[in-house]
Amino acid sequence: MHDTYSLLRHIADSWVLLALFLFFLGAILFAWRPGSRPLHEDAGRVPFRHDDRPLPDDASPSEVRI
Amino acid sequence: MWDWIKIAVFGVVALFAAIAANWARDLAYQVHALIVMAVAAGLFIWTVRRTGADQAVAAGPRLDEYSDGVIRAGAIATVFWGLAGFLVGVIIALQLAFPQLNLDVLQGFGNFGRLRPLHTSAVIFAFGGNALIMCTFYIVQRTCAARLWGGNLAWFVFWGYQLFIVLAATGYLLGATQSKEYAEPEWYVDLWLTVVWVAFLIVTLGTIVKRKEPHIYVANWFLLSFIITVAMLHVVNNISIPVSLWGSKSVQLFAGVQDAMTQWWYGHNAVGFFLTAGFLGMMYYFVPKQAGRPVYSYKLSIIHFWALIFLYIWAGPHHLHYTALPDWASTLGMVFSVILWMPSWGGMINGLMTLSGAWDKIRTDPIMRMMVISLGFYGMSTFEGPMMSIRAVNSLSHYTDWTIGHVHSGALGWNGMITFAALYYLVPRLWNRERLHSPAAVNWHFWLATIGIVLYAASMWVTGIMEGLMWREVDANGFLVNSFADTVSAKFPMYVVRALGGGLFLGGAIIMAWNLWMTAFGRVRVAAVPTPAE
Repeated sequence: MHDTYSLLRHIADSWVLLALFLFFLGAILFAWRPGSRPLHEDAGRVPFRHDDRPLPDDASPSEVRI
Repeated sequence: MWDWIKIAVFGVVALFAAIAANWARDLAYQVHALIVMAVAAGLFIWTVRRTGADQAVAAGPRLDEYSDGVIRAGAIATVFWGLAGFLVGVIIALQLAFPQLNLDVLQGFGNFGRLRPLHTSAVIFAFGGNALIMCTFYIVQRTCAARLWGGNLAWFVFWGYQLFIVLAATGYLLGATQSKEYAEPEWYVDLWLTVVWVAFLIVTLGTIVKRKEPHIYVANWFLLSFIITVAMLHVVNNISIPVSLWGSKSVQLFAGVQDAMTQWWYGHNAVGFFLTAGFLGMMYYFVPKQAGRPVYSYKLSIIHFWALIFLYIWAGPHHLHYTALPDWASTLGMVFSVILWMPSWGGMINGLMTLSGAWDKIRTDPIMRMMVISLGFYGMSTFEGPMMSIRAVNSLSHYTDWTIGHVHSGALGWNGMITFAALYYLVPRLWNRERLHSPAAVNWHFWLATIGIVLYAASMWVTGIMEGLMWREVDANGFLVNSFADTVSAKFPMYVVRALGGGLFLGGAIIMAWNLWMTAFGRVRVAAVPTPAE
């Protein structure tokens, strides 16, 4: 535990591993959260909206259409 | 003011390159210094001539339109480098089948050893890279409802990337290589690519930041992860110290098994993030657009994204079974590779099921058919890959042509086909044409490419498994039965079939180039258009 490698290796094998795993689970559970379906269906339609020209700079961001 | 700074910079660079060409310690470096000098001097003159001219007269870019010029240039570059890369591939396939084609006059420049990295880099980084940059710029604008951020910075990315390709390609022919597979370019080319890549990241991020669409569409997640991860991989794998400022040779900072592990961490994630995540970004945009319906499950696409990036990064050690790498590390790589099968197939199913309710498009729409076969090859190679990463299978497959076949079913089938489909989708839109010149030619391209890949993959399975078995065959006394040369001569027929498959694939790409060329010039060929099912 006196060299940097062992110290980093120890941290990576314990807390960082746990944190990354929890983040991963959290990301998936967040995608499945109740009430996300309309948001996701709206997001899936994003490619069909602005084919020809961008919204002008002073336009307010599109409303989320549910 | 800005013009004056540019003039000064170009002048200094040209002067420095001239000095470098004079003091160069090796031919590759000298040629590169001359190329850089010519480019800098040309830009110097060009900028001098433009400065002071009334620029207000030249109509500035219309800010209420998407910035599509750089995407048109990207489409041209993609097709050009694709043809070049496929052609070199066919040549080296023939050189393997007929070694006499390593002509004496070309020794040291055009023999297999020099052309092979030229082929791999041309198809992956020149063809695939230009396709990715072009599609990123197209997709990020359309899904953010915002013009590309940074004005001409996107043009810097485009031309800077072409310069990188030219330096890398000429370097291989002249023998400048740091001997890392898929990371062959020497130190100054690596530094240049880093600058270009950071500019690419800034343009993409800047556009996302100023987006008018509140949600960041999933294709952009994949594209962003591709850009960021490739930057990280590139920097870490290319940590080296040049022997001299005036020479191309450099020394790697890592040594031994650490170097090997770093290389295959890079190498496999180049597959994972360059050839998979980036192209999945294209898939998640172009497949829904061509099918005319949103992706099958947006939730699944999010899970696909997180699972893919969390798992891929660990898979690299499967390239180092039975080496000095500790067993636990290669087992880790193997286990993550097998787990990776699931998100890969989740993504494939998501793409294919986007067609549910529109399956008739496979019959009527040749571009859709190309996308479907590309997803099919994605599924096939993401099944084959995890299987080959298992240690027992790897002991047979490693170092054989099976690996080459696997790579090509992924690269030609998945990356090639989705890029062709994207080009067929983009070119009529970018040049404002009603439709493609000839849908029938798309069909020809589809079948030539598909049959070519099947011939390629099948011959490589046969020859790979054959040579793997021949290598391990021992007689009753424990002596090896076959010499290495025995396997080489036994492989001859399969090598000819492989060259034929590559030739068909190249032929299809030539038809595509002609079709896209005619489309861009607005020629429309009268054709019977299949009637969609009602």
